[in-house]
Amino acid sequence: MKINKHIAVSDSGFVFNPVTGESFTANPMGIEIIEMLKKEQTVEEIHAAVLDKYHTDNTTVEKDVAEFFELLKNFSLIDRHETTEN
Amino acid sequence: MEKLRYERPLIKRLDGNMPNKFGMRSDYTPKTHIEGVAVKDLIKKYGSPLFVISERQIRENIRKARKAFETRYPRVQFAWSYKTNYLDAVCRTFHQEGSWAEVVSGFEYDKALHNGVEGSKIIFNGPDKSSADLEKAINNNSLIHIDHLDELYKIQELSKKQNKTVRVAIRVNMDTGIYPMWDRFGFNYENGQAWTAINKIMQSETLELVGLHTHIGTFMLSPNAYATAAYKLAELARNIRLKYNHEINYIDMGGGFASHNTLKGAYLPGTDISPSINEFAEAITTALINSDFPQNKLPLLILETGRALIDDTAFLLGSVITNKRLSDGRRSTILDIGVNILFTSFWYDHKITPAQPFTQYTEDTVLYGPLCMNIDVVRENINLPLLNNGEHLVVHNVGAYNMTQWMQFITLRPRVVMIDMEHKVHVIRDNETLKSLLDLEHVPDHLTKFDL
Repeated sequence: MKINKHIAVSDSGFVFNPVTGESFTANPMGIEIIEMLKKEQTVEEIHAAVLDKYHTDNTTVEKDVAEFFELLKNFSLIDRHETTEN
Repeated sequence: MEKLRYERPLIKRLDGNMPNKFGMRSDYTPKTHIEGVAVKDLIKKYGSPLFVISERQIRENIRKARKAFETRYPRVQFAWSYKTNYLDAVCRTFHQEGSWAEVVSGFEYDKALHNGVEGSKIIFNGPDKSSADLEKAINNNSLIHIDHLDELYKIQELSKKQNKTVRVAIRVNMDTGIYPMWDRFGFNYENGQAWTAINKIMQSETLELVGLHTHIGTFMLSPNAYATAAYKLAELARNIRLKYNHEINYIDMGGGFASHNTLKGAYLPGTDISPSINEFAEAITTALINSDFPQNKLPLLILETGRALIDDTAFLLGSVITNKRLSDGRRSTILDIGVNILFTSFWYDHKITPAQPFTQYTEDTVLYGPLCMNIDVVRENINLPLLNNGEHLVVHNVGAYNMTQWMQFITLRPRVVMIDMEHKVHVIRDNETLKSLLDLEHVPDHLTKFDL
């Protein structure tokens, strides 16, 4: 899973895709995951990091992160080439 | 290190388009406590879902309503509308505040007697009064509001048989300029039915016409319609005075005042458009005072207000079962609150607030209930903060009609608690169990056994 390298992310949650010109807003958890994707962390590493920091459980994190990736795909924020390979 | 509160990841496209039907977020603080008691403690102790009623709010509402009318008119009497919420604890709170009982069935009549209301302070309305119901009401000297001619003849017959004078009123329906016009109950004013019924009563030796009653509609947003109704009843009273030299004792304006809920499809929220009780009071009392009643013979003004006095006193607490995404991308959240216990979700876009702190991030959401039925939709569109499984929500303004029209369907009906003036919690209705239902059922002998 690789985030599109052109995506600009601000600390306040503003996400901009210069390729399409579209803007997005993400909550802090969304930004954290996008930042982890930018650092090319694996899905398993992302799950572990969330579980380590937040009061939640594995089932919830797996479900929510998978759904978040679906949103990123729908918004073309994940590299299409990478997505196809995955 | 203490772990942080989890919120699911969210990303939303920023669209500069027209406002959508999900609307804007309007709530910025969670509803963590009701009358000083923590929502999470209530759910922990009494289960989820749970109805919670505030005794303080009931008393405040009825006192405010009485003040609104009593400061404008010399003789006022409220009668608690049993069908709106006939839990004994609720009825008795209203009775302690001086309200009579207004009932629309034999069952409700018996409940009022059980609650200790004197028969003479029970107003018996409705189209379905059996002979047994009427006999009881006649014996108790109750006020019987006649709905149709067959009932009038039946009462006449019973009163002769019992050799008793019966105190009656007629329910009058009329055009007050609102739509839809309610003409199914009582006798019509414009076509002369009401005047005919009055004449029949006045000719009777055993019926005493003591009042005139109307109930022009429900969730009324126009105080002026009540003024029109009051003028028309006053006109009937004047005609009775002219023809029979008889003064009626009371005018009963019924109920129907809107609460602060938001009707489905309404452009503005109920909090913005529902008239205050003062506006209804001003319209009704001004019309009566300006009518032809002699100054020292103003009739008693009876009000059967239900919804406007009870809606905002009750909350329904529930929990999130799961979050899902629908095929078209919309977020859906499934709650343990279904339309079987929140009947009014068919009429209203109920205000729903999380019961725990949340961030400023929200998502357009469809709220479903737990029933395996497609109709189980609590809110079709709501802009809600992100909720995790097991977290709690509070549905506001659920005091009217839910605890009477709820259904035992698929799930069992939950507990109802009342928080008293000292913030003490009382269970006022137990939750249903399998036993409560099986107690009513009987299995024929030949169906007791089977092999699978």
